[in-house]
Amino acid sequence: MDIGNEQVIRVLIAKPGLDGHDRGAKVVARALRDAGMEVIYTGLRQTPAMVAEAALQEDIDVVGLSILSGAHLALVPRIMQELKEREIADIPVFLGGIVPKEDIAVLRDMGVAGVFGPGTETRAIIADIREAAVARRKASR
Amino acid sequence: MTQRSGSSVAEGDSPSSSLGPDLARSALAGDRRAVARLLTLVENGTEEGAAALTELYPHTGGAHVIGFTGSPGAGKSTLLNCVAQAFRHRGNTLAVVAVDPTSPFSGGSVLGDRLRMRDLVTDSGVFIRSMASRGHPGGLAHATRDVVSVLDAVGTGFIFVETVGAGQAQVDIARLAHTVVLVEAPGMGDEVQALKAGLLEIADIIVVNKGDRPEVQQTVQAIRTVIAGSGSVAGGWEIPILRTSATERTGIEALVEAILAHRQHMQATDLWSARQARQAYADIEGWLRRYFDEWVAQCMDTRDYDALAEAVVRRACDPATAAHSLLTRFTEGLCSKLKG
Ligand SMILES: Nc1nc2c(ncn2[C@@H]2O[C@H](COP(=O)(O)OP(=O)(O)OP(=O)(O)O)[C@@H](O)[C@H]2O)c(=O)[nH]1
Ligand SMILES: [Mg+2]
Repeated sequence: MDIGNEQVIRVLIAKPGLDGHDRGAKVVARALRDAGMEVIYTGLRQTPAMVAEAALQEDIDVVGLSILSGAHLALVPRIMQELKEREIADIPVFLGGIVPKEDIAVLRDMGVAGVFGPGTETRAIIADIREAAVARRKASR
Repeated sequence: MTQRSGSSVAEGDSPSSSLGPDLARSALAGDRRAVARLLTLVENGTEEGAAALTELYPHTGGAHVIGFTGSPGAGKSTLLNCVAQAFRHRGNTLAVVAVDPTSPFSGGSVLGDRLRMRDLVTDSGVFIRSMASRGHPGGLAHATRDVVSVLDAVGTGFIFVETVGAGQAQVDIARLAHTVVLVEAPGMGDEVQALKAGLLEIADIIVVNKGDRPEVQQTVQAIRTVIAGSGSVAGGWEIPILRTSATERTGIEALVEAILAHRQHMQATDLWSARQARQAYADIEGWLRRYFDEWVAQCMDTRDYDALAEAVVRRACDPATAAHSLLTRFTEGLCSKLKG
C-alpha cells in the first residue's frame, strides 16, 4: 500500500484543561484513524499554548478539543488567541464535550466550527471534520 | 522527463507555481509556519516540495542526526523527552521527528509519540513533527529523509528521529542517522538473540531503559554477551551499554555524554564523512527507486500492457519477454522525448 501521494487529513486531538477523562477523546481519535486520517494525539492537560504550538508544528488541518470540565468558555478564547498569534487562526476548531445549549452560540461567535455533544454519531464527526479540512484547503489556494 | 515528481498529487500541483521556493526562503528566514508547511509538502511527495528541497539542499549537512530505535513501548519517546531537554540546557536547537505506524486497514493512524514529549512542546528551540509510516517498511516513512533535510537546512543543530517500534529487520535508520541509539527494556530473554542480526548490528549506543524495573542487570548482561561475540567494532568505537529510567530521569546525563562522545569520535576519525557518504548513496538510491517505480507504473498504464497480458494468457508470449518488450518500448519513447 502506498498512500504517500495523497493529501492525508491531519487532525490534532487535544484535551485542554484539568479534567482527567480522555476516553471520549481516544474513541474519536480511533474513529478518525479508521476513516483514514492521521491523528496527532496529545493527551491530557494541554495548555492553550501547547495546543496552538502543536497545531503549528504539525501543520494540522483541523483541531479537535475535548473539554469535559465545563471550562470551555474560559479555555476556547485563550486557544483562539494563541492560534491567532501564530497566524493559524484559519484552522477550524471543533469542540467535544458537555456544553449547555446556550453556550453553543457563544462558542460559535468565538470562532468554533462545531460542537459535538455526548452521543454525537462518530459518522457525523468524521463528515464534519473532513468537510472543514477540504474547505480550508480550497480557501488557502 | 519526470523531474523529482512524487507522481500525481490530487490538487494544487501546478509545476509553474513558486510556492515551494517561496516557502523555502521563508523557512530559511526563520518562519516556523513555513517550515511546517514545507514538511507537509515533502511528506506528500509534491512537486512543490521537491522544488523546495532543491532550493534548500545546499543549506543542509550541518545537523547531527540521531536515531532512536528499539522495541515497541521500550520508552523511546519518554526518553527522548529527557534527552532533548538536556541538549536544550546545553544551548542547542533541535528537532524531533517521530514515526508511528499507519494502519494497513484504513490508511489512517494515531500518532502518539508527542504525548510523551510535553516538556518540549512550547520551547521555541524545539520543533516536533509526527509522521505516519504510510505503509513504508523498515521503521521509517518514505519521506523521513526529506523531512530531516528541511529541518537540517533551516539550521537545526540536532535532529532526533524516533522510528516505529522496531524489530529485527527495521534498519533503515542506519542509512539516515549519524548516531543510532538502540533503546530496549528489561525482561527480554531470548529476544536479545533475535536482535543480533539486525538492530544490534547498527547500534552505536545501547540503552536498557526502565532501569527502575527488576531484571535490568540480566538484560544488560544478555546484550553484553551477544555483542561480545560479534567481534571488534568498526572504527574503534566501543559500543556503550547504558541504563536509564526515563520516568525517574536517571542515567540521562550519561546517555547525553555518550551521544556527544560518539560525535567527537566520528569527527576525530573519518567516520563522520563515511556516514555522510553512506547517506548520499542511500538517498540517491531512494530517488532512483522512486523514479523507476513511477516508470513501472507508466509502463503498466498502456494499451501495450493489456495486449501483452492477453498474449501471455494465450501462451503466445511468456511474462518475462512481455515485460522486456514493454520496457524497451518505454525507454525508446523516453529517449525520443528527451531528444525532442
Ligand atoms: N517504569 C518505567 N516506565 C517507563 C519508562 N520509560 C517509559 N515508560 C513507560 O512505558 C510506556 C511506553 O513509553 P513510550 O515512551 O511511549 O515508549 P516508545 O518506545 O516510544 O513506544 P512506541 O513509540 O509505541 O514504540 C509508557 O507508559 C511510559 O510511561 C521507564 O524508564 N520506567
Ligand atoms: Mg514512541
